[in-house]
Amino acid sequence: MVDATSRIVPPVRPEFELRDVADAQFGEVERPLSAFERVWNQTWVRRATIVVVLAAVWEIYGRTLNNPLIFPAFSDVAQAFWHDFAKGPLLSRMLTTLQVLLLGYAAGLSLAAVFTTLAVSTRFGNDLLSTLTAMFNPLPAIALLPLALLWFGLGIPSLVFVIIHSVLWAVALNTHTGFKSVSDTLRMAGQNYGLRGVSYVRKILIPAAFPSILAGLKIGWAFAWRTLIAAELVFGVSSRSGGLGWYIFENRNLLETANVFAGLLTVIVIGLVVEGVIFRAIEARTVRRWGMQR
Amino acid sequence: MPDAAGNAPPILKVDGVTLQYKTTEHLVTATYRVSFEVHRGDRFVLLGPSGCGKSTLLKGVAGFMSPVEGAMSLNGRTIDRPGPDRMMVFQEFDQLLPWKTVLQNVMFPMECAGKWRGAEAAARARHFIEKVNLTKFADVYPHMLSGGMKQRVAIARAMAMEPEILLMDEPYAALDALTRRKMQEELLELWDDVRFTVLFVTHSIEEAIVVGSRILVLSPHPGRVKAELNCHQFDHTAQGGTEFQTLQRRIHDMLFAERIEAEEADAHG
Repeated sequence: MVDATSRIVPPVRPEFELRDVADAQFGEVERPLSAFERVWNQTWVRRATIVVVLAAVWEIYGRTLNNPLIFPAFSDVAQAFWHDFAKGPLLSRMLTTLQVLLLGYAAGLSLAAVFTTLAVSTRFGNDLLSTLTAMFNPLPAIALLPLALLWFGLGIPSLVFVIIHSVLWAVALNTHTGFKSVSDTLRMAGQNYGLRGVSYVRKILIPAAFPSILAGLKIGWAFAWRTLIAAELVFGVSSRSGGLGWYIFENRNLLETANVFAGLLTVIVIGLVVEGVIFRAIEARTVRRWGMQR
Repeated sequence: MPDAAGNAPPILKVDGVTLQYKTTEHLVTATYRVSFEVHRGDRFVLLGPSGCGKSTLLKGVAGFMSPVEGAMSLNGRTIDRPGPDRMMVFQEFDQLLPWKTVLQNVMFPMECAGKWRGAEAAARARHFIEKVNLTKFADVYPHMLSGGMKQRVAIARAMAMEPEILLMDEPYAALDALTRRKMQEELLELWDDVRFTVLFVTHSIEEAIVVGSRILVLSPHPGRVKAELNCHQFDHTAQGGTEFQTLQRRIHDMLFAERIEAEEADAHG
């Protein structure tokens, strides 16, 4: 027991009630942010600053090293990029790569849609997808390239095959996880309106799982990119109209290091554009507007 | 208030219903041979402590579970699946579709069921959004609303469908006390206006007496009918009155008599 003398007792104070609360002394209630703060609040401004700083560091390091064969400065790379993009083969290489990439990505997404539909509608489909993803997701797509070359020969079909492998499991896994985490309340609400089958999946499950689906699309896109460039490095060697990977490989053989960097830069720029423009626009119109993601 | 018109048949008949569900380890009997009838215009409350199967019973009426014994029918048709003639308002705030605005949320079931479409659905939706005082928020997404507002949208969404019976599963349990009281008053005003039929689940005796016109008292483990009482004469204004308190005490004793004796032994924590 607590000793009576040590027990804390708050003092009893007089009550009061104010008739008018004086409003003159509030000071500023609301103040517009300064121009700098507003500009700095734009995400793209902050990110662009990072890119500029990185480019500056690169330039300084390249100049002090002064060895364009090993590490060309940023300005050399930019020049090589510009030259090959406008007059050289870079643009056509890039288009070849993008074409194959989109083909493989679309095929991978369609297959992922088939697998996830199976997985949400039957228990067997669920087991099938879980087992297949557990088996194939950790398997690097590039490890399948020798087999693909054996089966499909040199050319686009082999590339598409490995891209499908890299996209399919990542996207299916994410989409399926998204479907599984849709809350019971939303499911019951949808069934309550009499929704069943395809319309239930389309009107309730897909939008409710959209944050996960979108994450899967982004991961799938990144995986497809990496796989494709790696695959092109390997067998662009004997393909005349190669893509970006082949461009990088070719220029390394010619010891045109600035052009190697230009090829890598192209990969990076396309990645940034897809992430920063396309996916960002989708996010802003969907999950962020719906408050499902910050 | 019109008393039940003698010969009009009940719209919802629940007859000797036993409901069971499985967890990973047990087969749980939620309700055992529960019977009751709901008439048009009733504010019928299922009241009981947690574990009396009242929410399970509501899910049964909604068509999410089928009884292992007994029968449930709405207007003579056996209930075998969920349907928009029994619109449900859940306790959870996430029952609204986050990818639709308030207006679109209210319109959604109307268009899914094909009962109303296009401009007509929009007009009805606006009408009911106005009834729950959310006109200003019609074009806002649910994540920008407070909990009470979300529940109001869910109520508007359900009412706009003109369901045969409105099912409410502890809709105000997650709200703060002030909002809850306001929402109860609003529901009564709406009822006065539209005269819908509602089956309302709650564990609060006070809420049951205020909101309901008739109370089915259930005992726990498994849920069995303990009593069916009238409370149509009470609203918030009656709350301090002796009759109100008498009824409240009566139900309280009914539900907790045994438990209080059991708990008094190991009280003083």
